[in-house]
Amino acid sequence: MTSIRLAVPETAIAGEIIEVKALIRHPMESGHRRGSRGEVIERDIITRFECLYLGEQVFAADFHPGIAANPLLTFYVRASRSGDLEFTWTDQHGAIWSEASSLTVS
Amino acid sequence: MIRLAGLVSITLITACSATTEVSDVPELAAEDIVSASVFLNSETRALQEDTFANPGYLWVDRGEALFSQPPAAGPACITCHEKGLRGVAATYPAYDENIGQVLNLEGRINQCRVTQQSEPAWTFESDELLSITAYVANQSLGEPISVDVNGPARAVYEVGRDYFQTRRGQFNLSCQQCHTENWGKRLRGDTLSQGHGNGFPAYRLEWESLGSLHRRLRDCDTGVRAEPLPYGDPLYVALELYLAERSKGISIETPGIRR
Ligand code: HEC
Ligand code: HEC
Repeated sequence: MTSIRLAVPETAIAGEIIEVKALIRHPMESGHRRGSRGEVIERDIITRFECLYLGEQVFAADFHPGIAANPLLTFYVRASRSGDLEFTWTDQHGAIWSEASSLTVS
Repeated sequence: MIRLAGLVSITLITACSATTEVSDVPELAAEDIVSASVFLNSETRALQEDTFANPGYLWVDRGEALFSQPPAAGPACITCHEKGLRGVAATYPAYDENIGQVLNLEGRINQCRVTQQSEPAWTFESDELLSITAYVANQSLGEPISVDVNGPARAVYEVGRDYFQTRRGQFNLSCQQCHTENWGKRLRGDTLSQGHGNGFPAYRLEWESLGSLHRRLRDCDTGVRAEPLPYGDPLYVALELYLAERSKGISIETPGIRR
């Protein structure tokens, strides 16, 4: 069970730099912690984030153990034409979560 | 919490000489009552107030989805609560006439779950119950806490007050000593707040998750090396009622961000 929150403006003027925020619910378990019985809690992390705008990559990030749970990313994109921004998160096992939002450029 | 209490108990034990008799126990002065969020640093407070980036809203979102999703057997919450439940959380815990018991918000939600939806109650601290409680409480964001402790709730309120004022655990400390008599002072890395429940369910950075008020109470009991009560225990519900009455005037912050 995960939830994703995106903050992307719905409209922009051509050439404008827009702020994009993406938040996902994930434990980002580092693999370095131990449970109450001393057992190692297995690593469970997102390893890759990508954002495509009009099908082209505009931002990407590799995640490593040590990044806090429920990671929030804020980055900036230059608006050119109307179209979708697609967001994907991939975990260490290859599971993928994605979400899109559309931007109208005038 | 255990490490923290260890260091601190020495200072506190010498600093506090309050008795546990109810009569001469100091209370918070009405004009001094403040939420724990005033002791947060400015970044953490800004995160709480950012209704996008506050990670507690990940649970609120899920709660909102659950609210309109019909369970297998009965109608969805939204079918009967079309206008939502604005203001309700600020009045909980409250006495429920049908079952003759004081219920906290989680208990009241589970009551509807069982009697109105014919579904099994959600377990305390399950993702579902935390999410829906956060969603319902968030609808009272900014509403001043106002519980009714008269009539049949009175006896329960008094049980909660006694729990608050009784010393316990290997450190022999009461809630009262930390949260009424020493709030505002530093306790290792933290500033002691007045111990209100107005931010819960809250996202604690230490938990890296949302958690209920009972989880926080269990942490405080464990911190003085007392045996914590089980989640949903009626004694914690009574304590919750006392805390809510004691918080009169401050408003709901759910989902609060706490260290
Ligand atoms: C079949 C109808 C029905 C369904 C479904 C239902 N409820 Fe209720 N609920 C009621 C009724 C009736 C009351 C009592 C109203 C009153 O006391 O004013 C109530 C009361 C409540 C209260 C207390 C309100 C107060 O003012 O104290 C809460 C909180 C609540 N419901 C939450 C929920 C949630 C969450 C769900 C879904 C899990 C749900 N209910 C599903 C009918 C329903
Ligand atoms: C050794 C001192 C100590 C004792 C005793 C203690 N607590 Fe706490 N409590 C803390 C600390 C430290 C925190 C975290 C910082 C803060 O908010 O005060 C805390 C936090 C809380 C909070 C969360 C406040 C918020 O908004 O985040 C509540 C509620 C609370 N305590 C209630 C209680 C209750 C009820 C008891 C008695 C069962 C109790 N505490 C006993 C030290 C104590």
